[in-house]
Amino acid sequence: MNHKRNDIKYKVRRFSSGAMVNLFLLLIAISCLFPLLWMFGSSLKTQATVFSDMSIIPKVLHWGNYYRAWTEGNFGVYFLNSVLYTVSVVIGIVLVSSLAAYAFSRLQFPGKNFFFYMFLAAMMIPLPGSFVPLYVLMDKLHLRNTPHGYILCLINVGLSLSIFLLKTFFDKMPTDLEDAARIDGCSKLGIWWNVALPLAKPALAVIVIFNSLNVWNEYILALILFDDAKFMPLQVGLATFHGEFVTQYHLLMAGVTITVIPILLIYIFMQKHIVKGLTAGAIVG
Amino acid sequence: MRLKRSTAENYLFILPAVIIFAIFYIYPFYATFNLGLRAWDGVSPVSQLVGLRNFKEVLFQDRLWWPSMWHATYITLIALTLQNALALALALACDRQIKLGNFYRLIFFIPPVLSEVVVGLVWKWIYNGDYGLLNYWLTNIGLGHLARSWLSNPQTALTCVAVIHSWKGFGWGFIILLAGLQTIPRQLYEAARVDGANSWQRFWHVTIPLMVPVFVLVSILTILGSMQAFVLILTMTGGSPALGCSVPVTRILGSMRASLRFGYACAQGIIFGLILLALSFMQIRISKKMKQA
Repeated sequence: MNHKRNDIKYKVRRFSSGAMVNLFLLLIAISCLFPLLWMFGSSLKTQATVFSDMSIIPKVLHWGNYYRAWTEGNFGVYFLNSVLYTVSVVIGIVLVSSLAAYAFSRLQFPGKNFFFYMFLAAMMIPLPGSFVPLYVLMDKLHLRNTPHGYILCLINVGLSLSIFLLKTFFDKMPTDLEDAARIDGCSKLGIWWNVALPLAKPALAVIVIFNSLNVWNEYILALILFDDAKFMPLQVGLATFHGEFVTQYHLLMAGVTITVIPILLIYIFMQKHIVKGLTAGAIVG
Repeated sequence: MRLKRSTAENYLFILPAVIIFAIFYIYPFYATFNLGLRAWDGVSPVSQLVGLRNFKEVLFQDRLWWPSMWHATYITLIALTLQNALALALALACDRQIKLGNFYRLIFFIPPVLSEVVVGLVWKWIYNGDYGLLNYWLTNIGLGHLARSWLSNPQTALTCVAVIHSWKGFGWGFIILLAGLQTIPRQLYEAARVDGANSWQRFWHVTIPLMVPVFVLVSILTILGSMQAFVLILTMTGGSPALGCSVPVTRILGSMRASLRFGYACAQGIIFGLILLALSFMQIRISKKMKQA
């Protein structure tokens, strides 16, 4: 009897503490999603209602805001620029870092460790304000205010970590297939392209996604390197729009939504790789 | 001869990486130190060698430098306590429910994948004194006297930014801490339970000691990340010193773009970099000592 009562008490306590825990998790989860919902809802209001209508999703949806943001707000240009930069930088990083990582893992040459530790050290030494000398350098090379100058800068930003991740991956990869290809007379470059790269797909996925996020969200270099709006990516475009049209919050939020949607899609579909990449990056950094 | 050719071929593999690295990392590194010793406006063809004058000015005369350092420290302290406590609480809550854990991991990591500009713009609007949602809600639940211009008030601006910084960052800590918790063997908890330890004792004597290395890692990342964070604060408050919202990196940006003092900006960067380096060395030493103990 007594035993039974205790059992019920225990169950009630366990249930209520479980409910508290779940409520807590749920509240925090809502706080993560709410700003996105508010952003999206506001992007569908009008200039007149955006400051007075406090409903999350307005009664009348003004999808035309997206058209106006895309054309008048110049977000169409910013969007295409962001896509161009992201794709170019990621392709560049994959090629350059996988070549180097393959050499660090498989090939022999004097000074190999020196060069590898050089890349490693770059990840450890903090260099705040490195945008100042980069600005000076790009100006000297006449690469400031050019898309390719910006792309080269960002390839360097992602290079060290990508080399490190790929080298660790190659180190663990068995060499059997590469040996077979060598016996068949395949060149080193051929082995890298035809054998090593396809086998390294899991590591490459991490690098592609991780760097895509970084480039898409990059702000400071784009801010100081570009003068012309026609070259600016979304992040700088948003800040510019906000500075020029302070009261056009409905169009600004449409622009923010345009910026966020690709990132959310990449994130949701590639979640596992992102988590893997970020924890790996965290452990190195 | 054949060997030599093959070695040269091997160098070709790392050549593109080394060239890019030399131009965009090593040269700027050198240029920072070179410019730090000069007075230069970024435009004129000649710069003037001034020795250590820039450094002296940053350390002893710049009235805005040390306050900006304190603001960054304040944001970091809030991130270390609020953000990491939240991350740990959430990780503990998800540790025993793997399926739910995966779902919440998806949600909690949304703020970290958004850019600081996006997060800053959306929250800036929610905080807005005249039209913001926060004041609207406060008024509706009868707390209208608390409503204020959150981001244009020096008393509240920095704290508001620090809270959003923590909101944006806790997902990182959550993922790393959860991964750490899941490496703890379940048998240890069972053994402790058999020995009569209650849940608090199990947490204190099993979880905490085994998680120390993970705690150290998370705090190093939080400190280095938060001290250098600046895009969020720039977006939300313009990094204004008058609002108490300047941080070292916004000062560097200001020296370069507003005052056109490139050499001075580099000196600030070097001093801040050395402070960060000292901080991370300290952390590593502390963590080594804790491992020995």
